[in-house]
Amino acid sequence: MTTSTTDRNNTVRIKVALIGCNHLTAPVELRERIIFSTQQALQAADELRHQGILEEAVVISTCNRSELYGVPGDLAASATEAMEEYFTSFHQIPRSELHGRLYRWSGPEAVRHLYRVAAGLDSMLLGEAEILGQLRSAYNQALDHGATGPILNRMFQGALEVGKRVRSETEVGARPMSVALAGVKLAERVFGNLKGHSALILGAGAVAEQVVEHMRARGIGNLRVVNRSFDRAAELAQRVGGEAVAWESLETELGLPDILVTSVTASGPILTRSILERALAARSGRSMFVVDLAVPRNVAEDAAGLYNLYLYNIDDLGEIVAQNKKARESEIPRVEAIIAEHIDKFEAWRGALEAGSIVSDLREQFHQQREILIREQLKDMDEVSAGERDRIAHITEKLIERLLEHPEQKLKHGRGMRGRLAGLEAMRHLFGLDEEKK
Amino acid sequence: MHHLGYWSLAVYAASFACYAWNLYVPNPWVGRIATALLAAGIIVHYFYLYQRSLMLHTVPYDDLYGSMSLFAWLLGLTYLGLEFFHRQRSVGAFVTLLLICWIGALRVLTPRALPVPTVPHGALFALHVTLNTWAYAAFALSFVLSLIYLIQDRVLRSRRLGTAFWRFPALDVLDRMARSSVYVGLVALIAGVSMGLVWQHRLSGGYSLGDPKVIITVAILGVYLAYLFLARNAAWRGARAALLCALNFVIVLFSYTFVNLYLTRFHRFL
Repeated sequence: MTTSTTDRNNTVRIKVALIGCNHLTAPVELRERIIFSTQQALQAADELRHQGILEEAVVISTCNRSELYGVPGDLAASATEAMEEYFTSFHQIPRSELHGRLYRWSGPEAVRHLYRVAAGLDSMLLGEAEILGQLRSAYNQALDHGATGPILNRMFQGALEVGKRVRSETEVGARPMSVALAGVKLAERVFGNLKGHSALILGAGAVAEQVVEHMRARGIGNLRVVNRSFDRAAELAQRVGGEAVAWESLETELGLPDILVTSVTASGPILTRSILERALAARSGRSMFVVDLAVPRNVAEDAAGLYNLYLYNIDDLGEIVAQNKKARESEIPRVEAIIAEHIDKFEAWRGALEAGSIVSDLREQFHQQREILIREQLKDMDEVSAGERDRIAHITEKLIERLLEHPEQKLKHGRGMRGRLAGLEAMRHLFGLDEEKK
Repeated sequence: MHHLGYWSLAVYAASFACYAWNLYVPNPWVGRIATALLAAGIIVHYFYLYQRSLMLHTVPYDDLYGSMSLFAWLLGLTYLGLEFFHRQRSVGAFVTLLLICWIGALRVLTPRALPVPTVPHGALFALHVTLNTWAYAAFALSFVLSLIYLIQDRVLRSRRLGTAFWRFPALDVLDRMARSSVYVGLVALIAGVSMGLVWQHRLSGGYSLGDPKVIITVAILGVYLAYLFLARNAAWRGARAALLCALNFVIVLFSYTFVNLYLTRFHRFL
């Protein structure tokens, strides 16, 4: 089986198609009904190929998107219709319910969409890195399952390269976009690697727990939890692999951690300047990074002036997240430039494949015409010997090869993708190659 | 300047461009190229100093130009060592910029007259001068690192974080790098001074301890030892120690320029 549309004239025309919906087009109530499990994704890819709708298929399904990518089995505009039909029947959802919710792209637009997804431009959280892992996983599973072919392989490998380049060459995914991560990243600006450092969690709020998770992921050495309710402290400590400490020993404990995360519900500051001053003295003046996530604040405002104490409250972190969001948005043009570059690469590859097929189509057509012409012209010329007929045939064959040599080189190695594709289209039109197929 | 001198300047400039690029948009390969270019610049610079010595029948430190060029070479070499030791490239842009400015300024600030060949003073003397110059280069590096520390600390306290903020090394890393640099400087200075004393004793049987250069060198030793002590002290560790380290370099600069040019009798450039 070929991995792209091949007609009876052995013409290869490569086209990719995509249908799907994401957080922008469908609410969560709908998205959760059209999710594909790993097994279902592979099953769908199999069925789409066996039913002849697609020749290559990859299904991507995350909490924010469900998308079918494929190389259609025929060139009819109905490929995406058939994909949609399959999509709705697979999930047993009436088509009317998905009306206006599904997007359909084909050709370079489908490639662009995939590359934007890989770059994180199509994500709920601009530039998030998780999607790249999900994309890689979906593609690898389809590849191992034999559902992909050279076209989707090329397209997805390009997407993974886009994702990697975007994250290493631009700032779109560099800065923290959540309050919890911003707090941890700031602590890293003070201490560098968090391995071997210690943290004290004061209170057991949801954001504090997120901070703890980020710190754990970075291998923080020692983690202690203090809460008014020892049971809650013990519960959180057990969950995050830390140690619970009694509320009464808070002041003693304060001298130990490099990072302090506080989120206790209280009417006024729990940690006054003098308490923190004593804590800093107890740790021989070593730097202390304090994240105050509570409202009202747990740390007295004047403590911010203490030497070697870096204090950030929820508003400070919120402001940093807002700055980072703006900074990420300002990177979009650079990301788009990388995407455009990779679309051009893919199109160049596709164009080169198609150019080869066009030239063989032309060659075949010219040879047919040559044979007809020679037959017609020599029909009444009995004086032309068999040897002379062979020579005429040989010369006209050489003429055809010579005429095709230049356009073949131009199409395969010419500069400028747009021009080359336009050239291909023009040749198909001028020589009636598409009509010929019909 | 010999054509190798221009080549070293060009390679340092290319290294700076890569370090700056890597700081703005981190890319491991660009970082590696920056380091490789710096290493290449140091090699070319070495051959430049060697060629200059051969051409003038003298040693680099015989005149202010040669001495400052040797200083730049040792500064680059010390930074390269620290970069490998601490696995931290984000300071490279600042160090290479300093190198470029320093070498560029040599042509403007130093006398045009070529040095007159002198009588060789022996290996001990050569080591004395080279080690002392290396110490100054290491102190210059600690100065740059301390300045970055102070800027980073100020930004963290102001809570107005710019683009570059996220790319700078952590305070802890800067602190360790600055201290490493001071350690290198102190070891080189102590070794250099010791060799100078031995050399002078062999030559004249005594020591010229009253020479302003000797006095200020002892002062430099004192202020940097004080820095190392205070950097571990509760009241000083952090930004205050970094400020002290930066200010100490003012004394080094004074010793290297004003004292060498105008005050000392034995340590003048020839």
